[in-house]
Amino acid sequence: MTALQHVRLGTYYVVNLPEPDDFEFWRERARALVQCEVPPDRVAWIEPGGSGNLFAASSSAAFPGGERRAPVPPADARAVRASKRFVTLARNAILHSDPERFALLYRLLWRLQANGRMMEDKADPDVRRVEELAKNVRRDSHKMHAFVRFRLVEKEEDGTGGDGAGGEHYVAWFEPEHHILRANAGFFMRRFANMRWSILTPRGSLHWDGDTMSEGPPAQRSDAPQGDPTEELWRSYYASIFNPARLKVGAMLKEMPRKYWKNMPEAALIPQLVAGAQQREAQMVDKGKSLFDDELDDRPDTLEAIDRAIHACRKCPIGQLDNHAVMGEGPRDAALMIVGEQPGDQEDLSGRPFVGPAGQLLDVHLEKVGIDRRAAYVTNAVKHFKYVQRGKRRLHQNPGAKEIDTCRWWIESERAIVQPKLVLAMGASAARGMLGKTVSISRVRGTPIALEDGSELWVTAHPSYLLRLDGAAREEQARLFDADLAAVRERLSELAG
Amino acid sequence: MTAQTIQQKLEILADAAKYDASCASSGTAKRNSMGGPNGRGGIGSTEGMGICHAYAPDGRCISLLKILLTNHCVFDCHYCVNRKSSNVPRARFSPQEVVDLTLSFYRRNYIEGLFLSSGIVKSSNHTMEQMVEVARILREEHDFRGYIHLKTIPEADPEIVHQAGLYADRVSINVELPTDSGLTRLAPDKDARQIEGAMGKVKEDISELKDARKRFRHAPRFAPAGQSTQMIVGADAATDADIVGKASRLYDSFRLRRVYYSAFSPIPDASAVLPLKRPPLIREHRLYQSDWLMRFYGYKPAEVMQATEADGNLPLDIDPKLAWALKFREQFPVDVNRATKEQLLRVPGLGVKAVGKILASRRHRALRLDDVARLTQSVTKVRPFICTLDWRPVLLTDRADLRSLLAPKTEQLELFAA
Repeated sequence: MTALQHVRLGTYYVVNLPEPDDFEFWRERARALVQCEVPPDRVAWIEPGGSGNLFAASSSAAFPGGERRAPVPPADARAVRASKRFVTLARNAILHSDPERFALLYRLLWRLQANGRMMEDKADPDVRRVEELAKNVRRDSHKMHAFVRFRLVEKEEDGTGGDGAGGEHYVAWFEPEHHILRANAGFFMRRFANMRWSILTPRGSLHWDGDTMSEGPPAQRSDAPQGDPTEELWRSYYASIFNPARLKVGAMLKEMPRKYWKNMPEAALIPQLVAGAQQREAQMVDKGKSLFDDELDDRPDTLEAIDRAIHACRKCPIGQLDNHAVMGEGPRDAALMIVGEQPGDQEDLSGRPFVGPAGQLLDVHLEKVGIDRRAAYVTNAVKHFKYVQRGKRRLHQNPGAKEIDTCRWWIESERAIVQPKLVLAMGASAARGMLGKTVSISRVRGTPIALEDGSELWVTAHPSYLLRLDGAAREEQARLFDADLAAVRERLSELAG
Repeated sequence: MTAQTIQQKLEILADAAKYDASCASSGTAKRNSMGGPNGRGGIGSTEGMGICHAYAPDGRCISLLKILLTNHCVFDCHYCVNRKSSNVPRARFSPQEVVDLTLSFYRRNYIEGLFLSSGIVKSSNHTMEQMVEVARILREEHDFRGYIHLKTIPEADPEIVHQAGLYADRVSINVELPTDSGLTRLAPDKDARQIEGAMGKVKEDISELKDARKRFRHAPRFAPAGQSTQMIVGADAATDADIVGKASRLYDSFRLRRVYYSAFSPIPDASAVLPLKRPPLIREHRLYQSDWLMRFYGYKPAEVMQATEADGNLPLDIDPKLAWALKFREQFPVDVNRATKEQLLRVPGLGVKAVGKILASRRHRALRLDDVARLTQSVTKVRPFICTLDWRPVLLTDRADLRSLLAPKTEQLELFAA
């Protein structure tokens, strides 16, 4: 559609638009042109500035006989029809920076007169193009809502100050791709009603003072403030909320293309975050290295393998003390598994569980209620002896929750092999080793807790607790301990029968 | 210990909040900051559509200031970076500090609002009260009309949770794990029945106050953006079929707006009970796709489960819709000029929008393959499953190697393979 064609075809019209985004003006002119039955190829639409200027400057040369006056429709002209869908799309599409948009919309309007439902034909190239334009504009508006960044400038001397908030002025610099500034004034007004703000763009500027909106001339980047201390906080937030274990740069670029980065304070961090991500994930995993990552897929499947492995285990600080791992002992198919806390001094030296004072006391009570220790598998929640050196003596220390949790790997491996019908956990540490959480002995003792594999867990006090008591208290606790053991014996014979 | 600065606290408490997947700020009541009691207007608006103000290099959008009030916690959930027995640095915000941060970010157009969660300090009630206090100061003292999402604590008093719903746009309670056994094992202090009980209570409150608004114009709104929940994928043995089943039950019984999936990701100072390996991120993606199939494409949960493979998991190399179509080839090809909307929605490669366009266009012309190509993203993907005026797939639909023809060809090596 060159100017030459127009000349040869006869009368044509040139419409100069006062603003690049003036839909109402376009609509009025287009309506009149349709009523005068001026076909689309005889109208040239020229917007101020932009590529339209090419024609405007030399229009007298390019359009020697161009009619610049709007045609006057005859009195009996038919009303111009346009579907609602067309008007909605046109309002948006006219904001696009494509200089062809006015002609395209006029062509569509022209064709709509013959086929009122044409907008439904999504496969039509003109319909598709206008939908594309409208979509680009909607996207640009949406990105403007999202990516405008205000910076606070302190009170200017204009006499409006007085109450604190009134003196604050927020100013943003933004570079939209299309003519969307005026159309989006309402969004920012509705959102920041009680603030005084300005949005500066290369196509014009907007100012809101809390009551009225005013428009200003195009601005430059240097007119906007260059920084804001709060951006430092925002950048920390941006860097911290990012999860380096899930790097997906493509997904980010799709929604936040590089062209927006230069006006977003947080975007400066992106290159270093991406570069550091692999390292940060490695660190995260490394910090969690008390774990059994290498053996994750294959638990040891024999007691001998566990025995070998625990001697080499240095997954927690206890394993790094000068001590020896103590393996559980007892029949591989025992129905009862007895779990203590951790080896003591004597167990550590002999390499067998429950041989020290507490073990001897346990033996006494087991015998009293009639449980055969040799038929039970006896082990500990933690495999190494935790102590502090005091002179020549090694003083027992309670294992920490984390250390018990780390050691659960071994006790669970043992339980998976022995498959006891009933587990007796003695003391809070043993209970945690079985359950993964800390429970109160006095609250859970005496009743079974179902374990995942269908077996039962019974919890009682640790015999070393009895050793630390005297007199009546000790008698009372010994009685409770015996009662727990007796209940376990009863339950075992039930399970066996 | 020296006092922490706001910046240090923000780093710790934002870092601790990043494992929550939800970031939605959409679907709430429309509000703006014009007018109001003091005549000067307030601050903030919600206009239906959520806005993502930035994207992090992990591809997730940043819409809300997502932080914890504190990461001190008396619970000991194994998958959680803030559990009691973990060695992470701890910090604690006062409600006023959170309010100030939210407002100064909001005024600069960094965010849509606040997503506040918290570790449990002192007691569930105390923690919940502090969170509600943040929302109260924002709404009442600063006339903040932006978006607020409060994570509620199932163990807290229902009365306080109710307060939360009156200030917040959305409330959520995490079910955490898809199976009850997983919950008992990995979150020993939590109780599945209590969680579901609290969700049920929120559902009742929402529908009660919605009903009240129909009759009384000034009845308060209660969580106008509804409630959502989150499940961790890959920390226990649950299969995709389990997860899809659980999600659809949750949608049905609690009328949730969204179920979020969070692929378990390795956390610093992890507990020994957890797998150290992360599940492939694509698994989370496939679950979201199946979620979409149920919510927008008319698939029944049982039908999504039909798309799973022998191990109960969705295939990772192709999307669940294609997997379903390959399993039920007798349903294809469908004629784009005659098929019903429901049938078209099942064609792999046709989305809800494309189907809408096809339905509108075919009233005006009989569609050819070229027309379909203009209305869809990729005609190659659609071709084996449709007929047009000038196209029939003939044997293509029956080819045994169709899957390999349609699956993405080159698999890029993962740069940061686990």
